[in-house]
Amino acid sequence: MAIDATTRRFGNVQLRARSFAANQERIVFLITAALIVLFGIGLPGFATVDNFLNLLRSISILGILGLGMGLIVISRGIDLSEVAIMAGSWSIALIEIQQGMGAAPAIMLALCLAVVIGCINGVMVAFVEAPPLFVTLAAGFVIYGAAFWFAPAWVVYAPKESRALLFLGAGQIGGVPVPIFVFAAAATVAHLFLSRTSIGRFIYAQGDNPDAARLAGIALRPLIVFEYALVAVLAWLAGYVWVGTTGSMQMAITQGTMIFDVILVVVLGGISLVGGRGGVFSVVAGCMLIGVLLNAFTIMDVNSEVQNIIRGFVLLAAIILDNWLHPRDEETARQGD
Amino acid sequence: MSMTTYDSFGARARRFSPRLVLSELMMKQWFEPVIPFFVMIALWIAFSVVIRDYSSSENILSLLRLFAEFGFVALAMAFCLITGGIDLSVGAIFAVGNFSALFFLLVMEWPAGLAILATLAIGGAVGAMNGLLIGYLKARPFLTTLVTLIILRATVNLLNTHYATSFATNSTDSNVWDFLGSGNLFGLPVNAATLLIVLLIGHVFLSRSRYGWHLTAIGASRKAARHAGIRVNFMLFATYVLSGVLCAAGGVFYAARQTSTDSTTGVGWEFQALTAVVLGGVSLAGGKGTVWRAMIGALIVFSLTNGLVRSGVPGYVTSAIIGVLLLAAVGIDVKWSKNRGKVIQKTYVNPAYFELSPPPSVKSGDASPYAQNDRLIHAEAIGLDQVEGPEDVILDRQDRVYGSTRDGNIIRFSGPDLDQCEIFAHIGGRPLGMQFDQDENLIVAVAGMGVYGVKPDKTVYKITDETNRTWYKLNDDSRLRMADDLDIAPDGKIYFSDCTTRYEMTTNTLDILEARPNGRLVCYDPATKTTSTVINHFYFPNGICISHDGKSVLIASTSLCKIFRYWLEGPRKGQTEVLIDQLPGNPDNINRASDGTYWLALVGIRTPTFDLAMRKPDFRRRMVKEVPIDEWLAPGMNHGCVLKFTEDGRTLESFWDPTGVSHSTLTSMREHKGYLYLGGLENNRIGRVKLTGVDESWSGYEAYWGAKRRDRS
Repeated sequence: MAIDATTRRFGNVQLRARSFAANQERIVFLITAALIVLFGIGLPGFATVDNFLNLLRSISILGILGLGMGLIVISRGIDLSEVAIMAGSWSIALIEIQQGMGAAPAIMLALCLAVVIGCINGVMVAFVEAPPLFVTLAAGFVIYGAAFWFAPAWVVYAPKESRALLFLGAGQIGGVPVPIFVFAAAATVAHLFLSRTSIGRFIYAQGDNPDAARLAGIALRPLIVFEYALVAVLAWLAGYVWVGTTGSMQMAITQGTMIFDVILVVVLGGISLVGGRGGVFSVVAGCMLIGVLLNAFTIMDVNSEVQNIIRGFVLLAAIILDNWLHPRDEETARQGD
Repeated sequence: MSMTTYDSFGARARRFSPRLVLSELMMKQWFEPVIPFFVMIALWIAFSVVIRDYSSSENILSLLRLFAEFGFVALAMAFCLITGGIDLSVGAIFAVGNFSALFFLLVMEWPAGLAILATLAIGGAVGAMNGLLIGYLKARPFLTTLVTLIILRATVNLLNTHYATSFATNSTDSNVWDFLGSGNLFGLPVNAATLLIVLLIGHVFLSRSRYGWHLTAIGASRKAARHAGIRVNFMLFATYVLSGVLCAAGGVFYAARQTSTDSTTGVGWEFQALTAVVLGGVSLAGGKGTVWRAMIGALIVFSLTNGLVRSGVPGYVTSAIIGVLLLAAVGIDVKWSKNRGKVIQKTYVNPAYFELSPPPSVKSGDASPYAQNDRLIHAEAIGLDQVEGPEDVILDRQDRVYGSTRDGNIIRFSGPDLDQCEIFAHIGGRPLGMQFDQDENLIVAVAGMGVYGVKPDKTVYKITDETNRTWYKLNDDSRLRMADDLDIAPDGKIYFSDCTTRYEMTTNTLDILEARPNGRLVCYDPATKTTSTVINHFYFPNGICISHDGKSVLIASTSLCKIFRYWLEGPRKGQTEVLIDQLPGNPDNINRASDGTYWLALVGIRTPTFDLAMRKPDFRRRMVKEVPIDEWLAPGMNHGCVLKFTEDGRTLESFWDPTGVSHSTLTSMREHKGYLYLGGLENNRIGRVKLTGVDESWSGYEAYWGAKRRDRS
């Protein structure tokens, strides 16, 4: 009897989680569709092709960052320094360009910086075994301080004549902004990587149960370092697009709430913070929803503080919902989980 | 008599060693914040050198005024970390408190007292929101409070812009308010004085009150806390409320001091407070931390940021330095809490040099009284396979046999053939030495518990479990760790050995391998019901026996392989002398024999290898560190041996079981009515051999307490 009851209870929890996990992306898509219809009717200037392209372009950076964050959250980690990696590596690279470095070496420099930072994060998490939240929170501040030291300016401008540097952000192919293609390509590669390669499956295994993954023979520590390096690469890619889109890199974003938008995108879409759940489509779904909301806010000219409050509450709701759908054992959870 | 070894210079020196002190220091909870404390002092000295007038009293007071508000915020963070959670919204609640205080005072024009109370209430309410989400909805503390941080920060910024002009134009002439902002209390800035009071209350709350213990318990193990009946959800809720109130209190002082607000109030404080608290030694894992550790960390972070700013270092560099500090502190915290036990284990055993002179020969056929024979081989077995390790055996006036066994029992055999077995009493612990007092209560030395008594009606009662503490020892030695053997003086005083103050029953072999004077002779006086240490620092005292005349105590030192005599009265009262200098093995219990001599059991037989190892402390340290316990060197344990020696320390004869099959590791023997009863630490029986040429009516109780008592004059 007792066993039956237990099985039934946990069975229900699992059922609840499973049916929701499969549906969460769909629900988010439906909400997004409903919002689009709503805003399309209610907001003048929302339902235009230009605005949609603009919307898609604006979410592409968030989307690329979200792919990185999604990947690391699937592995039961988190990276709060992603935005700082993007801003830090690119402002140093842009300063170098201003001081005469060629575009290609500078782009490579940004990539190298990003990967090195990612590896340091990974080593701290994997080998020092410090909780990822603390590591990446602290890393964000260190990157901010160090980058400012090398490039002491809130805004570093990119040279306007460098096509290679600006193409990903500012270019267009057949009238469609390139960032959308970049996001699409990155999403496709990330999806194939996560679902079709063994390392991708290992990441899910690690997120599901790290101990079991280790016992199954997965070299967990190198894998973790690799994951944080991958996040950094995606941050670099997002920065590439950002530089093209805005023609500059702003250090201010490291102090802002952008990183929470990234987490919001990931959690909303159904990548649970307990790890091992969700996928690239979750990021896309979450991105669409946030993109529509942000776009509508911009059209409505909502105060940025009010935007922050609204996004805060949405994120809070998402986290609580996630907590309800994927209950974690808070009695065995580590600090920073 | 030869020089008493235990208080020779060498032995006294062996009580101390730097490594020993270090290993015992590391076990102390209070030792952990020592490093942050010295970092704090070093920082202060460094800035005193670099910055002019840094160490002047005006500067210190003004620094304290600047610091106090951050102190409140760090304290709030510390409480949350101790419960195993975190509150990242502390800086934002601080800003909310700052705004509300100004709002109530300047816009609502409430009196200062009411405004302060209202502000604290707002802080509590905001904390309650966090507490509700974390305590009852079981949301993740880190992300939840991160999000409330964003929401609160945005709200405060909105409100600030809205009311900025009112704040700038209105003013208050409240004396209370001015006092809060710039007054002094007990010669300290009023906010620092308040912080100090709050810290004292917080310290008592956390370390002395039930709810403080509940908080710590939840942080240490939430599951165990729930099983213990602690209301985990409510306590977590209350902690976040407390955190909110503390931050709001900081906000009030800040408002009183600045009387203005802007968008940078408290920005990044959550990060600084977190760094501070972890740096001070409040563990991220929860369940460990004090308010003082939090303050040490907060002072480090505060003086660092303040000092760097005053030295002209730009803010972003400070930010990077704090980041690196946090990374380092978290890394060290994680590694230290994971490996602390291992470090202590690796450093706790500190063997000392130890030299034994060559042992007398035990070769069979030699003329030596120690020569091996097989007089115990055919010992009759009592309770075969019914007893587990009867360390001591004793007989009462009704000729019943008692054994103290490994399972915490006193087992009793009765009947003409001693074949009726019963559990006489269950004490627990590991009962070892036993003796009957005059009222026929069985007094038992119980390792891990102390000294207990069992009345003839089987009721168990505690006699003593602690003695006076040695004031200069780091290890608290007030508890009896391993009461081993006892005897009762004619005046009723119970003398017993506590063979080690550094190890336990299960690890007492380590004490022998360490070969330091960690044991002691303790006396319980029933007249005053007090326990006191008679001889401190004794090399593994084991067997205890009052001499036939009642004027001295014989003490067996297992690791020294010697028998000592401690005088209770007479001209040499209070002195210790060596009675038998070199035994062929490690002595255990001593008991009186019928003919005015003494019986002595040898638990192990010395081997040249082991004696050599005793002269190589580093070898033993490596052995303990690197080799599994079943591979360690030990004295020969596969023999059983009982000796008989005279009042002046001459050995007369020995009884051996050279095979060790029935009686290895012999630890005790009692003579009773013509028989010698044998008990052993690892044996599955009590043995009995017939003695020849002895008084067949002699029994221990009658000879000591009863009618047949020997003349003690």
